This record gives sequence, C-alpha cells and structure tokens, in this order.
Amino acid sequence: MTKRVGIEVSLAIGEAVKLANADVVAAYPITPQTHIVEHLAELVANGELDAEYIPVESEHSAMSACLGSSAVGARTFTATAGQGLELMHEVLYVASSMRLPLVMTVANRALSAPLSVWGDHSDVMAVRDTGWIQIFVENGQETVDNVLCAFRIGEDRRVLLPVMVHLDGFYLSHMIEPIVFPEQSQVDRFLPPFKYPLPLHPDKPVTMGAFAMPVIYSETKKAQEVNLEAAKEVVLECWGKFGKLFGRNYSPVEHYHSEDAKVLLLTMGGFSETAMTTVDKMRGEGRSVGLVRLRLWRPFPFAEIRQAVKNAETLIVLDRALSFGGPGGPVCSEIKAALYGEAKRPKVIGFVGGLGGRDITPAEFEEIVNRGIEISQKGSDKEFEIFGVRE
Amino acid sequence: MTKPEGELTWKDLELGSIVTEAGNASQYKTGDWRSEKPIFDSGKCIKCGLCYIFCPEGCIEQNDDGYFEANLFYCKGCGICARECWPGAITMVPEEE
Repeated sequence: MTKRVGIEVSLAIGEAVKLANADVVAAYPITPQTHIVEHLAELVANGELDAEYIPVESEHSAMSACLGSSAVGARTFTATAGQGLELMHEVLYVASSMRLPLVMTVANRALSAPLSVWGDHSDVMAVRDTGWIQIFVENGQETVDNVLCAFRIGEDRRVLLPVMVHLDGFYLSHMIEPIVFPEQSQVDRFLPPFKYPLPLHPDKPVTMGAFAMPVIYSETKKAQEVNLEAAKEVVLECWGKFGKLFGRNYSPVEHYHSEDAKVLLLTMGGFSETAMTTVDKMRGEGRSVGLVRLRLWRPFPFAEIRQAVKNAETLIVLDRALSFGGPGGPVCSEIKAALYGEAKRPKVIGFVGGLGGRDITPAEFEEIVNRGIEISQKGSDKEFEIFGVRE
Repeated sequence: MTKPEGELTWKDLELGSIVTEAGNASQYKTGDWRSEKPIFDSGKCIKCGLCYIFCPEGCIEQNDDGYFEANLFYCKGCGICARECWPGAITMVPEEE
C-alpha cells in the first residue's frame, strides 16, 4: 500500500514523472530546477524509467524537442526555472497554439539583473500570456499530485494543451518533505495512455504550425482562447476524480478561514503556508482575518475568485513579481480587473514582496495585514507598496 | 479545405490549425506577388534548360516542342531566369504592359 516517504521535492517530481510513465524528457539544467532533471536522468540511465532523455544545448532547444515529441504522441515532460523559462519563451506559445500537451514544472525564480538564483514569481509572470494551463502548488504532496493531474488534464481530448506546474524555487524544490506516492496500478488507472488525435506520422502526413494569412489568424486565436477557457471544466473534473481516488482535494481558489473574514489576504504558491500560520495567530487574537490562495492561474478562475472575496471589506494581495511602470503586481492587477464590475467588492490593496528569495515571515505577514488595513482606512497615493524594502 | 479561408469561422478550424491535407501548398497562388513577368523568345532559345535549373520557385516547365515557359500561377517574377539565360531569350516585362 501507499506509504509516506521523506524525499526532496525535486526528486519526488522525478518519481511522479516515472509513475506517469513519460516517454520523453528533454531538459536543460538550471538552478533551482536542476535536481528534478538530474533525478530523471538517473531514472532513465538506471533503466527505472523507459524513456528517451534528450540532453539539449539550451532551454529553447528543450522546449523545441518537447514540441516534436508531443507531436508524435509521446508523453513529454520538461522542467525549468527563471532565465531558462525566458529562453524558452517564444516556443511556449508554439506549444499551446499547436495544441501539444506536455507537462513542465517550473521552480519559480527571480530574473536577472542582478543575477539571482532565488525564488520569486518574475519568471511566471513573464509567461502569463503564453496560453498554457498554469497551476500553483504549495508543498511537496501537492506538487506530486498536480504533476500527475497535469498529464491527465493536458492530454484530455477536450483540452490538448501544455500545462505548467509552478513550485517555489528552493522554498519548495529543495525541501525534504513527507510525501505519499500512489501505487503504479492506481496511477495507470488514473492516467490512461496518451493518444494524440492528429500525430505526425508518415502514413498520414500533416503540417503543424503552418503559415496563417491575416484573413485566418484571428480565427486561430479565438479558437485557442475558447479552448483554454473551456479547459477549466476539465481541470475541475480531474481534481474531482483525483480527490475521489486519492483523498486529496484541489480547487482553483483555496480557502483558509476566509468565509466570514472581514480582511482577506491573497497569496499564490508556497508562501501561502506561512500566511496560514499568520491567519491562525490573528484568529487566535480575535481578528477577522482569512486567506484565499489562487491555485489555478490560467485559465483564470473569475467566478471562484469573485465568490471567494465578495463578503470581505479589504482584500490584501501579495505579488512576488513587479510589473515595472505598471500597476504593481500582476496578480493584484488581475484581481482588481476581475472585481471591477462587481456591485459588492472589497477594497483591494496591493503589496509586492518576497522578491529574489527574500523571506516573508509569519510576523511580517501580520505587518502586511496591518498595513493593508491602514491603507484601506486612510487611503494611499500609491498604487502599491513594496513590502520590507529599506527606504 | 472545403471552404475558402476567408469564409472559415474559428469553429471550422482543425485542432491546433493542423493542415491535414498533404501537399496543399500547391493551391497557393504566389503569382500575384509578381511585378514583372518573363517573356520567352523561342527564336533565341537553345533549349539548354538553365532557366529551368535556376528557377527558385520550380515553376519553369518544358513544353511539347522542347521550349521552356514559366507557370504564371507560381512565378514571382524574380528575374533569375532572365539573368541566367546567356543567349538572351528571356526578357522581364512589367506586368501592367
């Protein structure tokens, strides 16, 4: 039967990919993703995973190799972080618009310059509009579970899209955590073999990613948008099925003491677990504080987010990326956009923090909440504040 | 493709806009890019076939009499054939004439 094992989360991802029985892994090592692909290279070299491991010369090549592999109908996995994700950038659009399912874990990292190998969400936000399904996880178990779900979601005939699973670089990728792995037979039942409907095959030649004149390009983009939006139902269905089989449940927007809270904090990724500690403490002191965590970043869960925050007076959003010269944090900006048309909506206060591996402790989350309430009551002439920055 | 592209809606598109009909690039008229067309003078042509070899579009064909002519559905009017034809049998003529 399934048992809990202590394992580094990066290695656990490798084990999950092995359980998913991936056919091809094409990847280039980059901190803090390296242990993921190192472990997969070992699994393939040891014969524990019967897959092609393609050691490419760059991330641009990694993603390009993944396109070809997915296009012939092979179950495909890669992983990257930070600058690597940036180097893949143009190919990411090709994967989604050619409707090629593949799974990529991103060990979220800051962007240069100055060089930082540590965690934040700058890399994620730069690929926000690439048309991938994007899921955030908060701990090792969620990572393993969602890597398995990502294959099932992406390969579903109604979806056929690439999926990114975002985990915080170092904060999560390098943690040793107790993780329950499902049995191979359970995974095999959960994850049917991948069969691409129109694969590259010499018996029935097709052309993928062909030229589009102005007369047809808009139609291709509309089809892509409708498809990504519709994928949300399949994401929900998959998480529902996963919950029934394995007893762990996932939602596009996760709640923590949020239902009756006057003040809500909104976070994404691993910092959410720290924020929960703060909510526990403040609740213990009789404060009406709760937390909502955005798990499904794309397609954006508009209905769920509106429902989750509608009764709050103040909503404090923490971004771990900065949109330079713009409205501050990209997440806060999207939350504001989602709520703009609502008759009943909280005041939305934006903070940017946790950049380039800067910690936010439970005590500092309390400061964020208190400062957010202060801004909400007294107002501010700024669009957002960078938390913890030395003035 | 059953309908012309300009009549297709987004719902008509194949998965990922994949082209399932092999070789359908031959239906694409590249001839309307042309501003000049090659005129072949059979009096000067020695049937050497250099124009056929050099044409980057592969649109020059040999007719039943052994002379060469350009398929104007594809010919982009680049003029390479006229440049390479050493007997001077090919002249580029502006399209409007």
